[in-house]
Amino acid sequence: MANLAAVVGIGQTKYQTRRGDVSIAGLLREAAVKALEDAGLGFDDIDAVIIGKAPDMFEGVVMPEIYLTDALGANGKPMLRVHTAGSVGGSTALVAASHVQSGTFKRVLTVTFEKQSESNAMWALSSPHPFSPHLNAGAGGYFAPIIREYMRRSGAPYDVGIKVATKDRLHGARNPLAHLQLPDITMAKVEESPMLWDPIRFLESCPSSDGACAMVIADASLVSESPKPPAWIRGVAMRSEPTMYAGREEVSPQAGRDCAADVYAQAGITNPRKDFDCAEVYVPFSWYEPMWLENLGFAEEGKGWKLTMEGATSLDENGDIPWNCSGGVLSSNPIGASGMIRFAEAARQVRGDAGAHQVEGARTALGHAYGGGAQFFAMWVVSADKG
Amino acid sequence: MKDIAIVSFAQSDCVRNAGAKNEVELIMPVIKSALGAAGLSTAQDVDFTCSGSCDYQQGAAFAFVLGVDALGAVPPIKESHVEMDAAWALYEAILKIRMGHADSALVYGFGKSSPGELPTVLSQQLDPYYLAPLWVDTVSLAAMQARMMLDQGVMEEADMAAVVARSRRNALANNPHAQLKGEVAVEQLLAEETWVSPLRKHDCCPVSDGASAMVLCTVEKAREWGKPYAVISGIDHRIETHNLGARDLTRSVSTEQAAAVAGVSDGAIEVAEIYAPYSHQEIILTRALGLGSETVVNPSGGVLAGNLMMASGLSRIGEVAQRIINGDIKRGLAHATSGPCLQHNLVTVLEAA
Amino acid sequence: MSEEREMITGIEVPIYLKYHFTAGEATARFLSQVRQGKLVGQRCPSCNNVYLPPRGSCAACGVATTEEVEVADKCTVESFTIVYIPIPGNPIQPPYVIANLIPDGANISFIHLLSECDNDTVHRGQRVQAVWKPQEEWDYAMDNIRYFKPLDEPDVPSESIGKVPVTGWEV
Repeated sequence: MANLAAVVGIGQTKYQTRRGDVSIAGLLREAAVKALEDAGLGFDDIDAVIIGKAPDMFEGVVMPEIYLTDALGANGKPMLRVHTAGSVGGSTALVAASHVQSGTFKRVLTVTFEKQSESNAMWALSSPHPFSPHLNAGAGGYFAPIIREYMRRSGAPYDVGIKVATKDRLHGARNPLAHLQLPDITMAKVEESPMLWDPIRFLESCPSSDGACAMVIADASLVSESPKPPAWIRGVAMRSEPTMYAGREEVSPQAGRDCAADVYAQAGITNPRKDFDCAEVYVPFSWYEPMWLENLGFAEEGKGWKLTMEGATSLDENGDIPWNCSGGVLSSNPIGASGMIRFAEAARQVRGDAGAHQVEGARTALGHAYGGGAQFFAMWVVSADKG
Repeated sequence: MKDIAIVSFAQSDCVRNAGAKNEVELIMPVIKSALGAAGLSTAQDVDFTCSGSCDYQQGAAFAFVLGVDALGAVPPIKESHVEMDAAWALYEAILKIRMGHADSALVYGFGKSSPGELPTVLSQQLDPYYLAPLWVDTVSLAAMQARMMLDQGVMEEADMAAVVARSRRNALANNPHAQLKGEVAVEQLLAEETWVSPLRKHDCCPVSDGASAMVLCTVEKAREWGKPYAVISGIDHRIETHNLGARDLTRSVSTEQAAAVAGVSDGAIEVAEIYAPYSHQEIILTRALGLGSETVVNPSGGVLAGNLMMASGLSRIGEVAQRIINGDIKRGLAHATSGPCLQHNLVTVLEAA
Repeated sequence: MSEEREMITGIEVPIYLKYHFTAGEATARFLSQVRQGKLVGQRCPSCNNVYLPPRGSCAACGVATTEEVEVADKCTVESFTIVYIPIPGNPIQPPYVIANLIPDGANISFIHLLSECDNDTVHRGQRVQAVWKPQEEWDYAMDNIRYFKPLDEPDVPSESIGKVPVTGWEV
């Protein structure tokens, strides 16, 4: 049986296209110091440091924990680096939590980041191997055919993605840390934005951001030493499946369904739409909201888009199950941190500390991340209640 | 806390160039072998899988994603990855077992260093603003460390040569997977020219391609499987400052810290497998671990006999575990390292049931 | 006299690392066949599915694949996207169609270009065939196939996509 642990501190940088005022280490330290301040703690109170980011090739720093030791106060402590593709932010939070849930440590610091302005992600993802066709059209080119297949199967109207893109940017306008600040966005503006990978338009895609996200996770026995309410970690799960295999279900991957079933069982969630007050789900392209609504059991197969169109996932329309109140990946995307931001924002909600994007009275929330060819999944359930 | 057992270990030969083999083709045989030795067939038969690798070795982002193709991960599995030596993947797996979310785990590491120039690739581990642009490679940094030790009189060049001679001899006697092995005299080694002064070529580990894999589980599970096993009685890792000027490079403080937490001194150490990529680092580490003449150091030859970057640390643990499983010894330790001049160190103590 | 200068917030530090890639045994076999104008996949001994391009293992079963199976250069469209942004270094002009194609005789899709088609009528289940470069330009590369173009054949219904035999699609 896992020891009970909780998030007692959260720190995030402002997400923006370029943070020229800080180094990579400075960016992480900013988030780390904020998380420690939020927890009423200092670096000396931390037993271990767990970091995560997307491929090293993004910034060109090989195994960056080596360079980041000093900036994160890890000198003389255990330090671990997680890398599970796009889900890494979530996986890192889970590995950090396991340091405490295993009873091995009492309090750990976890930080994830990406400094896309100091990197070239398109280059890093398209190193010119001579033996594959050079058809690199970015992540959008990979996911667009899968989205088309979802549209075909579900019969969803063409503007569901437009609605999600608009809704998440309106959410983001409530969050001062969000990269894209588009308070005046409308569905018409999204629809008019250039088509990139049909059916994905420019405004239906995530931005490239600099940023870092940090959390302090503590054992139940130390939670009271931090001033703010804790977010109790009630369930943790990860699942992986291969990128390609014959007959793979790409629209609603089994790894996602299995991961959700696992984390729900741990947290006693039987009806996700009813039992959760909100969710932070990894939606880098707008259409992934309806797809994940179904994959995660918030809606029946083929019906996810109806929740979106009814406003069920919108804070501004008083929806019953707001998704991505922070603005989501569509508003801020420091790749390696994007998963952890979902986990941290879920925790902020149940701590009642989400500012203008707070869901009133939120008690229980889902944090979700995915990566690779929608094959790596990480999820946690956090709650204001100890359980 | 739950007692955790290692039930099987497999490693490929260390070869300078695995040629046409890709990552999956390197990994699959060792995974099959480790699982087979535990009476299992695919990753479906364990509760958790974790791997260690580094994209920059092969020069392709997401190299580890291909590794999943070797596992039989349909239906989906609980799986994770560290961009570190697989010894740290083992650490993650141990946490998973301790917290009760797995009773068994498969851990593997793989590295194909031959496509690139490893010492130069590793120069990009350094501070990207101040150090990496200088292209200081890892061999040069290690050479500076060795120079300090010689200048301070904590060792002589003959001590370094003695480490190499013993590595080659042990590899010849005990390690069918070794890349470098043989009988060679200290005088012969000292007669060689220096390469990156004061290091001679033989003071540096070779660059190798390959993989290793391990199956671990709770002691209860090992008994249920009816397999002999080695118990992990202690494991800890510590990192220290990246500022080489702020460290006493003739010592390894982080190894001392990890050894204390892992409980190295709680009993006699019969065998120690130490991840020392340079001969002088074995001298630093042997001292940091408090080992005396009663301990056999690197019976496999250590990484001077073959260095599977990203799997070597796991292999050190496997080498000791295998000796316990075989009934040859009762207690031993394994060490893994990462970063320039031994910046990050992991110590595992293993005991017979 | 002091000169007003903008504060330096970054420096360019280009990194050059050379690698000698190897494709892997399965891919190397595949590319030597592509050099001869043939598409040769591998069959999984456990689930019998044919992988193209082969990767030396069946990712689902986790077993090595060795049995080689030649597949057709006729394919069925599994899904697709119309891309409106250029590919760096590629002469093809947007908008162009990238499709997931399953060759007759194989059970998994690969990605390639679709051309000589009306972008607005491309659809799932559509039959297409490879347009190869002139033989003298063939190399160890999938680029030997310039693109795929539509065939005048009836569509493959959704449930049969990925199960068309190497002999082709018969209604």
